[in-house]
Amino acid sequence: MLIFEHSRPGRRNYSQSPATVAEIEGIPQNLLRKIPPMLPEVSEMEAVRHYTRLSQKNFSIDTQFYPLGSCTMKYNPRACNSLAMLPQFLARHPRAPESTGQGFLACMYELQEILKDVTGMAGVSLTPMAGAQGELIGIAMIRAYHESRNDSARTEIIVPDAAHGTNPATAVMCGYKVVEIATDKEGDVDMEALKAAVGPQTAGLMLTNPSTLGVFEKNVAEMSRIVHQAGGLLYYDGANLNAILGKVKPGDMGFDVIHINLHKTFSTPHGGGGPGSAPVGVASRLLPFIPVPVVVFEKDTYRWLAEKEMPQSIGRLSAHMGNAGVLLRAYVYVRLLGAEGMHRVAEFATLNANYLMAELSKAGFEIAYPTRRASHEFIVTLKDLKEKTGVTAMNVAKRLLDKGYHAPTTYFPLLVPECLLIEPAETESKETLDAFVASMKEILEEAFTQPEMVKGAPYTTPVRRLDDVKAAREPDLVWKQPKINLI
Amino acid sequence: MPFIPHTEEDIHAMLASIGADTIDDLFDEIPPALKSGELKQVPPGLSEMEISRLMLERAEADGRYLNFIGAGAYEHHIPAAVWQIATRGEFYSSYTPYQAEASQGTLQLLYEYQTIMASLTGMDVSNASMYDGASALAEAALMAVRSHKSSRRILMPTTVHPIYRSVVRTIVRNQGIDVVEIPYCRQSGQTLPETLDAFSKEEFAALVIPQPNFFGILEHVDALTDWAHSKRALAIAVVNPLSMALLTPPGEWGSKGADIAVGEGQPLGIPLSSGGPYFGFMACKQTLVRQMPGRIIGRTTDQDGKEGFVLTLQAREQHIRRSKATSNICTNQGLMVTAATIYMALTGPEGLRRIAAQSHANTLALLEKLETLNGVQRIFSGSFFHETIVSLPAPAVDVLRTLKDQRILGGLNLEEYYPELGSAILVCATETKTTADLENYVTHLRQAIDKL
Repeated sequence: MLIFEHSRPGRRNYSQSPATVAEIEGIPQNLLRKIPPMLPEVSEMEAVRHYTRLSQKNFSIDTQFYPLGSCTMKYNPRACNSLAMLPQFLARHPRAPESTGQGFLACMYELQEILKDVTGMAGVSLTPMAGAQGELIGIAMIRAYHESRNDSARTEIIVPDAAHGTNPATAVMCGYKVVEIATDKEGDVDMEALKAAVGPQTAGLMLTNPSTLGVFEKNVAEMSRIVHQAGGLLYYDGANLNAILGKVKPGDMGFDVIHINLHKTFSTPHGGGGPGSAPVGVASRLLPFIPVPVVVFEKDTYRWLAEKEMPQSIGRLSAHMGNAGVLLRAYVYVRLLGAEGMHRVAEFATLNANYLMAELSKAGFEIAYPTRRASHEFIVTLKDLKEKTGVTAMNVAKRLLDKGYHAPTTYFPLLVPECLLIEPAETESKETLDAFVASMKEILEEAFTQPEMVKGAPYTTPVRRLDDVKAAREPDLVWKQPKINLI
Repeated sequence: MPFIPHTEEDIHAMLASIGADTIDDLFDEIPPALKSGELKQVPPGLSEMEISRLMLERAEADGRYLNFIGAGAYEHHIPAAVWQIATRGEFYSSYTPYQAEASQGTLQLLYEYQTIMASLTGMDVSNASMYDGASALAEAALMAVRSHKSSRRILMPTTVHPIYRSVVRTIVRNQGIDVVEIPYCRQSGQTLPETLDAFSKEEFAALVIPQPNFFGILEHVDALTDWAHSKRALAIAVVNPLSMALLTPPGEWGSKGADIAVGEGQPLGIPLSSGGPYFGFMACKQTLVRQMPGRIIGRTTDQDGKEGFVLTLQAREQHIRRSKATSNICTNQGLMVTAATIYMALTGPEGLRRIAAQSHANTLALLEKLETLNGVQRIFSGSFFHETIVSLPAPAVDVLRTLKDQRILGGLNLEEYYPELGSAILVCATETKTTADLENYVTHLRQAIDKL
């Protein structure tokens, strides 16, 4: 039932708005609204009950194992939330003078410095509000760099075919042509294809490492050399930074610019699809171009550097300074972890992934890259299972929902048929992983013994398989009051 | 080990299953030369008790001020239930609803949000949110250029929030899109339709129309919308969603209504929080829906015929279309939209109207008091909503500093953005301000002016 269906004309919450209606003075009649908007008219308790019930229809990290590959669904410590929501932090206006926010700015500055160290970059800007915006800024900086050198012939960005969809979409938003290069049998970028693709037209290469195939690009140093030699720059997509946190710094791999998904590696909440936060880090040659504002610490005072002091900056990306509250959560997280805890993230994320890969392999699942170490994630391919039983990766994913697990990422990366991209994250215990393997084993048996049952999954969720085709063909995107027949 | 549950026994058993001796062996594919040493800038870990103390000390050092700054971020009362529910783990720690059957809570809520936003703006459809108001405007500009096909130019009044204009430039610049700025009327603070006539020979993909504009002033939205349509340009509305409880919504502007409505969702239950996270909203006419960026939720049925909700029209999006997507946007601001939807359910149409009306009445009352002070004057003659500009008889920077010492944030100094206005500040009193607050402000402003 929708909130609108609970609505009754004239019902309202007297505590939640002024007791009297102020007269509207000074606004001409022709600018005033004639028909009120269709907002729900429900009591506070009805609203609370309705949205609490809706929340119960979600799978979440707090309620389920959520091995969604490439999304790093690790535990979001509650302290990060409650400390970012201290009343003084919440009440601070973005345009309040810096002198009224030294405590807040100290957190921002320290986070900037910690991220610089962890990534091995010369500078960090905290402003990007999501991974895709971090990418946009990164590529815009690469463009600004080439333009500053009057190097206008560079029109192409190279993207491996296994990359996230945001990579090619971003390159196009920055006015570049996308050149896709292939992946070899081992899951690494095809070096011959890379050599053939680079040239004086190359502006840069976008790379995720470990890649979306769940493996570390062994030739990354060589790739860096090839692209740099051709005059291009290297962009690091930080989607999988959790796998190497405290182990390898992207700066040491030769990357010129990176973005870090705080909502993955630094455990800020995914919130049902945002808010994200994706600070960008740059090597020294890109420092003049980083987006504003940036926090600096001078004469015992923290302050923002804005456009005037950074004339070559690519500019602003948000009305204020990015997702400040998310940055505070990430700051609390890094302080809870400390340097030692940071190393352990990569270690235990990798241990969990390799253990789960080994156990699933023993249980009869086909691993897409069996000769490789898993990074923090790995791919199972169900191509063979589909041929034998007709059961697809989608069917297995839906059946997992019945077993009480969120499904892994399905059908991504696009080059592995019938794939499940599985990322357990470091915060899961061995028992959880073992139970997941047991459920996967059951599904494998069901696929052979009762394939039609598996294909009909899920059965236990609030709704069963939804009709996506109908949703797209006859879009119903807003609710309309049904016409009432007056008798 | 913080947030890692493994016992020594677990580690041994897991390594044995993998066939590795140590955890370090799992990193043997990484060339040794690339492995990094210690993290020198990362301090040792703290316990929750220690970090709580540190954060509390910093928060208390920052303290709280009596705030009269608006400028795109507004202080409103937020019902306690909003964030208690929004931070339930099931909303807080779930991801983008790719697995629809396991995400019906978030999906239904977003469908309700889309319905409310479409109604609030008077448009046909809404997406499930953008990053913030400024980036939503940039995406609207890109959307207009995609649908116009022959022009890559956008007409932008200088009454649009200066930082929004700056963000739009940053985002559209690399796609060969020109943003042409229109001067405002120094007397009324509005964008005059006759000023636009200077551009009538040229082709534009869209005209941006702010309501209220950055000065708080109400624009001639009907005339501006009709002007845009008469030149085959789209009309992009940038609106304060709270004002929509009182003002004519973009869908009803002019004879055909605006084509796209965007804005900053923060006034709807989102705390100021130093500037984020907020959320941007975007609504449009039905004919433009396939040009819209971002997530869109649709209602459908499951295999038993039961109502359910899914991400839909995904052929627009980067994970399907890659380089041909309408935008690279992926994650949006789901949790903020969750809060905003709960906020609007708790206020309802009458509550929202009262909040808007009281905010406006408080600013009017404040202005009346301010105008009694020597040398303090309203700058523009145009009517306004809940925010206005006054000129001061002393440098704004000094006046604001003096007020700050009394723990009052007196408004935004406009010198940086509109130097031609002289010493001027943008002030806003929302429904949160009492008569005593207004008196307090005026008393201290009088003292500040006298002193300077």
